[in-house]
This record gives sequence, C-alpha cells and structure tokens, in this order.
Amino acid sequence: MAGKPKLHYTKGRGKMESIRWLLAAAGIEFEEQFIEKKEDLEKLRNDGVLLFQQVPMVEMDGMRMVQTRAILSYIAAKYNLYGKDLKERAWIDMYVEGTTDLMGMIMYLPFQPADTKEKNLALIIERATTRYFPVYEKALKDHGQDYLVGNKLSWADVHLLEAILMVEECKADVLSTFPQLQAFKGRISNIPTIKKFLQPGSQRKPPTDEKFVAFVRTIFNI
Amino acid sequence: MHVRQTKLDSFQPTGNQELRNMSGKPRLTYLNGRGRMESIRWLLAAAGVEFDEVYLETKEEYDKLIKDGFLLFQQVPLVEIDGMKMVQTRAIMSYIAGKYNLHGKDLKERALIDMYVEGISDLMQMILMFPFSPPDAKEKNLESIKERATNRYFPVFEKVLKQHGQDFLVGNKFSWADVQLMEAILAVEEKLPTVLSGFPQLQVFKTKMSNVPTIKKFLQPGSPRKPPPDAHYVETVLKVFKK
Repeated sequence: MAGKPKLHYTKGRGKMESIRWLLAAAGIEFEEQFIEKKEDLEKLRNDGVLLFQQVPMVEMDGMRMVQTRAILSYIAAKYNLYGKDLKERAWIDMYVEGTTDLMGMIMYLPFQPADTKEKNLALIIERATTRYFPVYEKALKDHGQDYLVGNKLSWADVHLLEAILMVEECKADVLSTFPQLQAFKGRISNIPTIKKFLQPGSQRKPPTDEKFVAFVRTIFNI
Repeated sequence: MHVRQTKLDSFQPTGNQELRNMSGKPRLTYLNGRGRMESIRWLLAAAGVEFDEVYLETKEEYDKLIKDGFLLFQQVPLVEIDGMKMVQTRAIMSYIAGKYNLHGKDLKERALIDMYVEGISDLMQMILMFPFSPPDAKEKNLESIKERATNRYFPVFEKVLKQHGQDFLVGNKFSWADVQLMEAILAVEEKLPTVLSGFPQLQVFKTKMSNVPTIKKFLQPGSPRKPPPDAHYVETVLKVFKK
C-alpha cells in the first residue's frame, strides 16, 4: 500500500533536512515522527527498524531506508530528478557531493567547541566562496541554462539552493560576487513546490540553535 | 610524478591535456597508497577493467593539477573516464557500478546496494582516518573500529546472507555491495585478525569473493592493490596536502 513517506528524526535540520527539501521539491507529501527523548531512539533500535542503529530513517515504498545518500539517490531517481542517463547522473552526483561537503561543515559548526567557532565559520565562508560557489557559478555561466545539468531541474539544483540559503544564514551577502548564483537562487526559489517549502508553516526546519544542540547531544551521546 | 601504466607504449610525455590519456583506459590520480582511491581500485578491478595510475609525490604536483583546472573541487581522487574528469569518491564509484552492471537491476536493488555501501563506507572511514590519529588515541580508535565492526556492521551482513542463503548480498548477483564488503572485511582483518570468528556467513562470503576471478587476480602480488598505510604514506599525505 503506497502511503506517504514517513521520516524518523529529531525535530531539526541535521542530516534529514536535505531529504525534506528533495521530497518537497518533488511535490511529495510526507509525515514525520520526531525523536523527542532518548527512549524514542532506543525503541526504534530495539524494534529492529534501523539497519545500522542510526537515523535518518525513511519508511517508503515498503522499505525502511537508512543512510542519507541512499535515501536521496532513491528519491531523485524515482521522481526523475537524477538526469536522463549515466553521465548526467555522474555530474549530478559530483555536484551534490560538493554541496554535501559544504553543508556538512555548516551542520557540524554548532557542535564545535566555542573557541573554534569563529575560525570554523571563516573556513566555511572561504570554502564556499573559493572552492564551491565558483564551480556552480562557472557551470551556469558556461552553458547559460537555467539548471545545472541537462537543462532540466534535478537533485543538484535543489541541493545547491539549500546550500546557498544555509551559507547566507552564516553571511548574508555571500552571493555578492556570484551573479549567476543570484539569478539561480531567484529562479529555483520560484518553482512552485520549492516556493511552498520556503513559506512559513512548511516542514522546513529552522537553523540549529543552542537549545537544539544540547538536545541532540543527549539523544545521540555526542 | 610517477606514472604506472599497464601498456608502456601508450604514454605520451606531453603537457597537452588531451593527449594525457591516450590509452583509453580510466586514469586514476592519487597518492601511491590506499586512502580514498582504494575502493575505486577495488571496484574497477572487480569489474575486470584495466586502469592507469598517476601518483602524486609532491605538493607542487598537486598544486599544478589544481592550477591546470583538473580538479573540480581542488581535491583528489581524480578519475579520468569516458571523457570526464570525475572527482568525489562516491560519484566515481556510482558511475563505475552503473556502467559495469554492479548496481542492481532496478531502483529498489540499487537502494539496497547504496544502503549497504554507505554503511560499510562509514566503517571504512574509521580505518581511513586511523593512521592519522595521535599516538595516544590509537588504542581507543582501534577499540572503536572493533566495536563498530562486530556490533553494528558485520552483524547486518551476516544476517542478510543467512536470511536469503545466496552467495551475494543483493539480487543473487555480484554487485558493488559485495566488493565493498570484501574490501572492508580484509581491511578490518589486517587490524583485528580474528574479527570474523563470530561470523560464519561472512567467513564463507570472504572465501567465495576471494575466488571470483577478477578479485582473485586483484589479491595477487603485482596487482594495483596498495599495501596498508605506513609512516611513509602518512608523511606523504601530510606533505602533499599541506595548506
């Protein structure tokens, strides 16, 4: 029976946020079951529904999927956001791995020791502006198309928009020297499914605050 | 720069980027050691695909690659394959798996292979980082590897193999997941020789995989397989990737 996908995670961004973005972009409604205390995670583990004892876990199409990349790859392929052939998929994968590395730095930032925050934030901005954004800026400039790969919306575009917005939360004017990315941001934000996700009341989660960091530490023992 | 070729007459010592890869084979650029490239070597070898290798030995060689625009995100591994300069380990392996029919027959099999590979990847990451841990953390890290291998990862694959009774992890057919698991088993055994003692299915699996002709060949001396990281390798990594 095909019900809605059901997402198991804490009520925050973490590793699940990219999955929320992709499902939303694909126009797929989903349910969420939030881990609110340690016992909730223990129950999932004891029930044997977490292949490697970890979340994210997404119940979908009769599977209990784990491992963020596996889940994202499946969703992308199922909803035609993964290119038309192996080579387009390769490009999408390369681009997504880049934005994953960048967003990974931002995800871990609130968990770093307080005295390293400033240095780590500076590194994020440096990587964003000298390693990652220039690649996507150039890709868009070179082919002059609206989307990164194959002249069609793909997982790579959704992931890049997510990354842009996350970096902007760290430094609001970070796109000032990236005109292509500014235009890209405007275009992709206006895609109806994404526009809806960006509005208040959607399942998009807010930036991680100190309270959430403390909560996550207790749940996952980190 | 040291170049390892399987066919010497195809090497053109020229700065022209297009002539760089005359042999038509995939060309791997990395250090002369395992690191993040080893899983790619395993997969290509398992698929029966011959490849050439370029080894970075100095920071200058690495900086030149970056300056020449070869590295999309200024990082290696780099695999030149089918006209693409592919970077990002997972993207590269996904492409190879897809191209050589090691990624399942449909979306659901692919999902299962991806899940298994990602889990094993997390375990391999611990092994990858181990040589770089400070001396006083090594014992603790080794204990973590043992704990994760025996409590989190190996039990999953032991159970999968027991439940379906087939030779391969997914779809009764050799796939990327089998190659990755085999690599992980051997890597963990190098550190913990008796680690498979509680896993009879994995012991049988290991034997079966060792006898797959392409893997058997890869496990023989003289293959592109790299030895475990030693102090010299660690030193080279720190030197080449120094900021």
